[in-house]
Amino acid sequence: MRLAFAAGAVVGLLAPAVGFFLVQRQMSLIGDGIGHVAFAGVAAGYLLDVSPVATALVASLAGAVTIEWLRARRITAGDQALALVFYTGIAGGVVLVSLAGALDVNLLAFLFGSILTVTRMDVVVIVVLGLAGLATIGLLYRALSATVLDEEGARVAGIPVAFLNVVVAALAALTVALSMRVVGILLIAALMVLPVIAATRVAWSMASTIVIAMAIGLVSVFAGLTAAYYGDLPPGGMIVLVAAAAFALLTVAGTLRRT
Amino acid sequence: MPLAVELRALSFAYPHGQTVLRDVDLAIAHGEFVAVAGPNGGGKTTLLRVALGLERPTQGEALLFGEPAHASSHRATIGYLAQRARLGVDAPATVREVVSAGRLAASGLLGPLRRRDRAIVAEAIGRVGLEAVADAPLRTLSGGMQQRAFIAKALAGEPSLLVLDEPTTGVDVEAQDALAALLDRLHRELGVTVLYVSHEFGAVERFVQRLVLVRSSIVFDGPPAQLPGVWHDPSHVHV
Repeated sequence: MRLAFAAGAVVGLLAPAVGFFLVQRQMSLIGDGIGHVAFAGVAAGYLLDVSPVATALVASLAGAVTIEWLRARRITAGDQALALVFYTGIAGGVVLVSLAGALDVNLLAFLFGSILTVTRMDVVVIVVLGLAGLATIGLLYRALSATVLDEEGARVAGIPVAFLNVVVAALAALTVALSMRVVGILLIAALMVLPVIAATRVAWSMASTIVIAMAIGLVSVFAGLTAAYYGDLPPGGMIVLVAAAAFALLTVAGTLRRT
Repeated sequence: MPLAVELRALSFAYPHGQTVLRDVDLAIAHGEFVAVAGPNGGGKTTLLRVALGLERPTQGEALLFGEPAHASSHRATIGYLAQRARLGVDAPATVREVVSAGRLAASGLLGPLRRRDRAIVAEAIGRVGLEAVADAPLRTLSGGMQQRAFIAKALAGEPSLLVLDEPTTGVDVEAQDALAALLDRLHRELGVTVLYVSHEFGAVERFVQRLVLVRSSIVFDGPPAQLPGVWHDPSHVHV
């Protein structure tokens, strides 16, 4: 259980921090798209008999960079790029799972989260890579937020906007791959997005939005895991329900404050 | 000293589209205050995008400070105010956060702003008279105040060229007058080159040294006093 909380804490902080930049760029659903590619990665792991987390990370990175590349080159509109990768990922995953004969309980653990079965090695990987992701956001916070604020202005000023956009896409891929065991592929996008849109209801600045969102992410993971443990409920589902409740609560609080 | 902006025999067409700009020659020297206007669809925003290196000319050259615009090493000294509709995030960005974003190119990408950079941001906020609301979310301010915050963002980079694209969109007449007076003051105090692009000359006409009228090509380039009367409203330009 302690392992579960350690991994959950990192995921609870990282997912909303990355989600903040996705929501500001109106790409809230990219986490879902990458999640579906991660599913294909997990299936490939089973087929090749290597760590599904490693193959999911590779697949997620490839999917995220492809979405960003299609969007930046204006080959497709942003939502079309997402749809293309989304459906290709899920279709590839279904075929690979069938080939690997892996449609079993283990696979369901990746889809919906099964944090209580994480190993010490899983936790080490999640904590190390998760902290690296958070450190990257800390170092590049000004650059990333200035770019979402005014992408064209940043481009005119010679800021490497394309590179920064790839960094955000790569962070999103990293988050999906690390969070699979905690909230599951199908629900990770919710943990990236719900805390952020909840935070905007009461925040007073961009900085306070990201800090409040990370706090909501952390509380959601801890409360969701605790409820899942004692109630024998799926952790991913409980975590996301807590985040959704936070959104409802803060919406009411924000409305009351303005009246 | 090379010209701030120079377009030489420049033409531009979008792929598989019609020609938007044809044989444009334009030279803007350091320290000039120039307004570019033209009817909607006349190519003025395209002219601006090519001049800033955001689009490459089909023919001819676009130079910024004497270097090809798309690869100019002086880009960090351009303060750019995009059309307001293109700005904005869901999060409640404060005036200080927006203005700080304009300091990014000068301060480097990594880590927090240093004390000197924070002082320059505060000075830019002061220059546009928004000290009292520096930590207020931008979306709680009037259209005119938001526009001043974006000008402060452009100033935070200590620009030698200030470029404004349709800065009066969604701003009432009174605030447009105040904006024009503010630009005039900044131009005089800082010696910054100002390139103002809009569908009409409006309130800046009495402050600028040159007016440029664009309708596919440049149909007028000279001091305001020489502009034919009917063309003071650019929608009347038919050539």
